[in-house]
Amino acid sequence: MVQENHNSAYKFGMVIDLDKCTGCGSCMVSCMAENNVPFKEDETNKKDSITWMRVYKLTNDKPFPDTEVVYMPRPCQQCGGKGDHGHSPCVSVCPAVATDYGYDTGIVSQIYTRCFGCRYCMGACPYHARYFNWWDPKWPEGMEKYLSPNVSPRMRGVVEKCSFCYHRYQAARDKAYAHGNKDHIKEEDYQTACTTACPAGAIVFGDLNNPAHEVHQIVKPDPHPDPRNKHVAGKSRNPKIFRLLERLGTNPKVYYLSEREWVRKQGDNYLEGEWEKIKNHHGKASHG
Amino acid sequence: MDSALIPEGAKRCPLPKFSIGIAIVSAVLLWGVYAMFLCWFKGLNQTNMNDYYGFALWIWADLAVIAVGGGAFFTGLLKYIFKIDELKNIINFAVIIGFICYSSALLILAIDIGQPLRGWFIFWHANVHSMLTEVAFCLSAYFAVLTIEFIPNILENRQANKVPFFHHLAHNMHGVMAIFAATGAFLSFFHQGSLGGVAGVMYGRPFAVREGLLVWPWTFFLFTWSAAAYGPCFTLLVTKTTEAITGKKLVKDNVIHLLAKISGWMIVTYIIAKIIDTAYWAMVTAPSLGFNLSHFYTDNSFYGYWMLITEIVICGVVPGAILITKSTRENPKLRLVAIILGTIGVCLNRWVMVLQIMAVPVMSFDTWALYIPSWQEIATTVLPVAYGVILIAFAYRYLPVFPQEQELNQVKPVTE
Repeated sequence: MVQENHNSAYKFGMVIDLDKCTGCGSCMVSCMAENNVPFKEDETNKKDSITWMRVYKLTNDKPFPDTEVVYMPRPCQQCGGKGDHGHSPCVSVCPAVATDYGYDTGIVSQIYTRCFGCRYCMGACPYHARYFNWWDPKWPEGMEKYLSPNVSPRMRGVVEKCSFCYHRYQAARDKAYAHGNKDHIKEEDYQTACTTACPAGAIVFGDLNNPAHEVHQIVKPDPHPDPRNKHVAGKSRNPKIFRLLERLGTNPKVYYLSEREWVRKQGDNYLEGEWEKIKNHHGKASHG
Repeated sequence: MDSALIPEGAKRCPLPKFSIGIAIVSAVLLWGVYAMFLCWFKGLNQTNMNDYYGFALWIWADLAVIAVGGGAFFTGLLKYIFKIDELKNIINFAVIIGFICYSSALLILAIDIGQPLRGWFIFWHANVHSMLTEVAFCLSAYFAVLTIEFIPNILENRQANKVPFFHHLAHNMHGVMAIFAATGAFLSFFHQGSLGGVAGVMYGRPFAVREGLLVWPWTFFLFTWSAAAYGPCFTLLVTKTTEAITGKKLVKDNVIHLLAKISGWMIVTYIIAKIIDTAYWAMVTAPSLGFNLSHFYTDNSFYGYWMLITEIVICGVVPGAILITKSTRENPKLRLVAIILGTIGVCLNRWVMVLQIMAVPVMSFDTWALYIPSWQEIATTVLPVAYGVILIAFAYRYLPVFPQEQELNQVKPVTE
């Protein structure tokens, strides 16, 4: 097991093209159906509704006719933590190892039967990607028959979050094993529900460590730490690509792509005048 | 009616009057117990917490009671390790206050977790990297130490003390109390610190994150320091309140002045460290992450700079200055103002380090999230206060808590 940037293991990640995303919400719906995400009759309060994949609406804050809007799907960012060593903000704080970092996949797991609901991980996550089951799940009559048998429903009092459809990874791994090539999962065999559901093809998912995978080719992750911030690893060498709150050193494996500068700027926080200097470094390979 | 239980020579109010007082506080206690069972049986949907406010009023209450309960370990350290003998006259009470605070903290934690029956997982599946794990271990162990420290005082009850075994046990426990005081100080250093670390290690939260020494962020040391500094303020405040309610002087002024002076110097040194920490965070840490100080204190209807000024200046610098200056320290009114401000100050610090962290938006397109606790949260937070009042009332009535009480309240013979 490789723990140092897990370069020889899988490192699953995604890139979301925000210029293609129409904000239709298919990713959210498919995610909820795929993962047995519970819902309430009244979902108006977004602060206690569970949406593993949440679509944010961003604007450039300009008056008509210059107004521009972009929709930003936000799954769990599957952070690698500072230096990409696997100490994600949530994993490092969980007192009972109910959430853990998979060095073989780069996926942050959530063990529902281990979680005792202290919610420290939620406080530590700056993306609000973690959700607490404030209620027991209640399915409309008959709907329980449509639940996915591959994903365990969660009980009241535990935290849950996007798992990059880990059960699909398990199925793909089983398939690869059955075909005698257990160390090679085909790109098309493991795709998340949101990726397959997106009608615009805005989400590309795969192994960031595998140069043959489309996600790698689009992101072009820098294998070296960012010389401007030693905590940042895997920065994209594509100047149109950014990650959310990259400066914090959380090292997400979800990348965003946009041609528009104002969109890329919203990915992080900048002091006055700082963006002008920093944007020129976006996408630059740090080591040749 | 219960005079056989009351310490010899001590005057206590009639039992009916005492019972009425206890009944009133018990009603409040029952209100809290009702809310507690609602939370246990119906779940945390009884609260106004949400996915932005996973940590809220209860965690604040937890941190606050542990901070103000810090008077127990610090007074014990001063009495048994640094051999400041005058403090023997207030140590019993400091231990009782600590016992109440820590038992309350454990109770609140038991309500606060989503799956209370799995609470033991924190010990069984412990993640050694988590500050909360360290909190759980040290908190539980220190509560055991406080219980041990409280037992001799209970055994000194007039009737219990008649049993030779209890009498000797209490006597011998007093003899070895220095060991427990040292253990308590050691454990407190770590759990008070870990509670500070809970916030300081959250590197996804620029308002909370701090640099530090090895695995410990600066908040680790600041929390321990502030608990030792402000904890005695709370001990003095509760002593003063008890004196006001009982209408008796219970601890001599020289003891009060000494503890106030120590607390004052601890506050002053703490607040200097806190100011340095805040300045470094505001000028170096937060800007390196893309945040101006104003980001954390503007654009919302509650969290303003007033919070920072109140915590550091009004409830830090001011009480510190009052308590280190002999003339103001020995002025009862000013001393009372200082210990009230000090207690508020440390509670405010814990509020900031729990709730403001959750309130501040981190993603550039996110918004401030404000929160008002539900009545169930308030009732369960008041519950430990009611429990504390009842325990203190019983302890005062039936145990020799204050060694100087009789000396200070001798009935003067009528002279012609």
